[in-house]
Amino acid sequence: MSDFTGGFWSIYISIITIVSIIACGVLLQAMSTRKVSGSQVETTGHAWDEDLVELNNPLPRWWIWLFYITIVFGLAYLVLYPGLGTFAGSYGWTSKKQYEEEVAKAEALSAPIYDKFAKVDLKQLAANPEAMAIGQKLFLNNCAQCHASDARGGKGYPNLTDSIWIYGGAPETIRETILNGRKGMMPAWGAVLGDDGVKDVAHYVMSLNGKTFDSLRAARGKEKFMTTCVACHGPEAKGNPAIGAENLTQPELLHGSDEPSLIETISKGRTSVMPAQKEALGEARVHILAAYVWGLSNAPAAAAAGAAAPAKTGAQ
Amino acid sequence: MNDRPNPDDLSASAEVTEQPLYEVRKEIYMRAVSGWFARWRWALVFLTQLVYYGLPWLGWNGRQAVLFDLVARKFYIFGLVFWPQDFIYLTGLLVVAALSLFLFTAVAGRLWCGYACPQTVYTEIFMWIERKIEGDRLARMRLDQAPMSPRKLGLKAAKHGLWVALSLWTGFTFVGYFTPIHQLAAEIGAFAGIGARGTAPALGAWEIFWILFYGFATYGNAGWMREQVCKYMCPYARFQSAMFDPDTLIITYDSERGEPRGPRARKVDPQSLGLGHCVDCDVCVQVCPTGIDIRNGLQYECIGCAACIDGCNKVMARMGYPKGLIRYTTENAMQQKLSGRQTVARALRPRVLIYSAILCAIIIAIGVALFARVSLKVDVIRDRASLSREIDGRWVENTYQLQIMNTAEMVHRFAIRASGAASLRVADADTVEIAGATTRMVPVRLRIEKGALPVGSHKIEFEVVATDNPELVAHERSIFLVR
Repeated sequence: MSDFTGGFWSIYISIITIVSIIACGVLLQAMSTRKVSGSQVETTGHAWDEDLVELNNPLPRWWIWLFYITIVFGLAYLVLYPGLGTFAGSYGWTSKKQYEEEVAKAEALSAPIYDKFAKVDLKQLAANPEAMAIGQKLFLNNCAQCHASDARGGKGYPNLTDSIWIYGGAPETIRETILNGRKGMMPAWGAVLGDDGVKDVAHYVMSLNGKTFDSLRAARGKEKFMTTCVACHGPEAKGNPAIGAENLTQPELLHGSDEPSLIETISKGRTSVMPAQKEALGEARVHILAAYVWGLSNAPAAAAAGAAAPAKTGAQ
Repeated sequence: MNDRPNPDDLSASAEVTEQPLYEVRKEIYMRAVSGWFARWRWALVFLTQLVYYGLPWLGWNGRQAVLFDLVARKFYIFGLVFWPQDFIYLTGLLVVAALSLFLFTAVAGRLWCGYACPQTVYTEIFMWIERKIEGDRLARMRLDQAPMSPRKLGLKAAKHGLWVALSLWTGFTFVGYFTPIHQLAAEIGAFAGIGARGTAPALGAWEIFWILFYGFATYGNAGWMREQVCKYMCPYARFQSAMFDPDTLIITYDSERGEPRGPRARKVDPQSLGLGHCVDCDVCVQVCPTGIDIRNGLQYECIGCAACIDGCNKVMARMGYPKGLIRYTTENAMQQKLSGRQTVARALRPRVLIYSAILCAIIIAIGVALFARVSLKVDVIRDRASLSREIDGRWVENTYQLQIMNTAEMVHRFAIRASGAASLRVADADTVEIAGATTRMVPVRLRIEKGALPVGSHKIEFEVVATDNPELVAHERSIFLVR
């Protein structure tokens, strides 16, 4: 896999490299003797500060042997590894292959651990401290960017520690969500309802989840709700996990429960995407993550020791 | 001036000849020497090697006392545990080492080279083995010149065998500073088939490599290279002239007293013959490990081992002359004819005093820092993507992860508190237990009442304190965001 645009540069580099190495050897050989007259040790011929001279004493022979060994090493290296243009080296080393080997080695080390857990039922796995320690690390590395490091999410990112689930909270459902992702589409009703109509529906929703609302608006909104919104959110606004329509009667809505947020949601719509993790993490890791996420809201007695899961207190 | 004759050039004529610029190493047959300085050198050999070979075998609190655990990234030195965050102490140690070097070199020359340097120490040990097996100087020279014979082969084999054994033991000890030496011994035993099989972990490839590499380096440097290291490889020889000054004590031949040199009968007064004290016995040349003649003056090859002083003093004693023809003295003392007292007084000159002062200051600083070290480190890692959230329309919350490093070797329970705004509180369980020598990432939520702080970034401070020891506390700053 060459970055050269033509064959010329490859040859150019190779020739220069080989010639330089050989030239070094020749230079060393040529400079390893000198012509002297008489038997006295001569000076190098330079004088500094008027009378400071350097004697030209012989250097140890092992020194020049080190030079020759270096040349041999250099030539051997160029035979084994890529260095001469497009010649790939007889080891066929590439950085991509090295990376793949390292990944394979890491996978080989971690595979037995994940295999061990892959067969365990999700609810049982949630009580296993070793698996949950792995789960916490996986969560912090992959999920915390959106769901926050304590898994309580934020505006637009679901809180994974409560018992409210947009698509369903059974362990297998959670695994499906993580594995294949979800895409929630709330259509935009601004054009259909008009500004006033949107505000009415918003107040109706606010009446459902315990906020202060304008009862006149809420009454009008309810009529519009029954024609427009029940298809997805159901007649009692309890939502529909099959299509990801949210339960509107709970106090913390995903995209905000205050009036401005509701108005924006209803008039402009929302697209909520949970990215699929199958490609990135693989089934084995997602299996453990599913157990971990389920365990966050169903802290089994075994995991309550606090070794892995964040402690939940009643101080809400 | 160096007027060593070049043996390859035998023609004394004025014609041009081809002369190699690289010469074969000439074997130096060091004559055995004994005396005051030799005793000091051997005392240091014993001391340094006792420490080097002995330390790894000591235990402390159920673990090796001195252990550099690279895998777990912890260095243990008796009761002190150093984490990677403590690298500054290693820097401090290196600074102390460098300044000490400058200090005692300015005072008395190459004390390191002659007495403490591993090259000198191991070469002395190896040469002692050689002397014991092959004999004294003359015997060794004769053996080398003799043709190969069963006796010669036996002697050489015995010498190299002992050298190799000592080198391997040295390599094994070296690796024993990084892998617990008892475990390493068991691994080697299992490897070699001695001892209970299957009970020790396998000897690692890197362990084998380093034992052999370090052993080979010891064998090569102390057995074969010897003075070549000092003369050609070590930079200390070359920059010694920058560290000496005219008041530095160096090994000096008192040429005024010694010249003109020449042999004479013992009872005769040398002055009547017009001779100095030097009898030209060449003992000072024969005992020199680097093969120089100290009578030529200070040379970069001289490692300051003072063997020539010991050798000359013995000859002076036998001739009935006073000691000290070759002695430790300074350039100024020779030129200005200073007395012993005056020479020593010159040791308290500005250069020495300044080095000493800086050295003291740094040692005290390191000592105080080590003493005041708190075995708790905390790093606050704010959540990056999720900046702030609202709860129930009443609270504003920020999430953090506290990396709490309990660097003590016992378990502690820590309380986490936060300050910096009126209603700021920790929303999670606010104590966490962390095992000894362990790091844990603890998720922490801070919340304030909505409206307590305006929109923006606000400075807050975390306090992590051990519940059983209020002195074990760490404070870390962070920010709280309100959107």
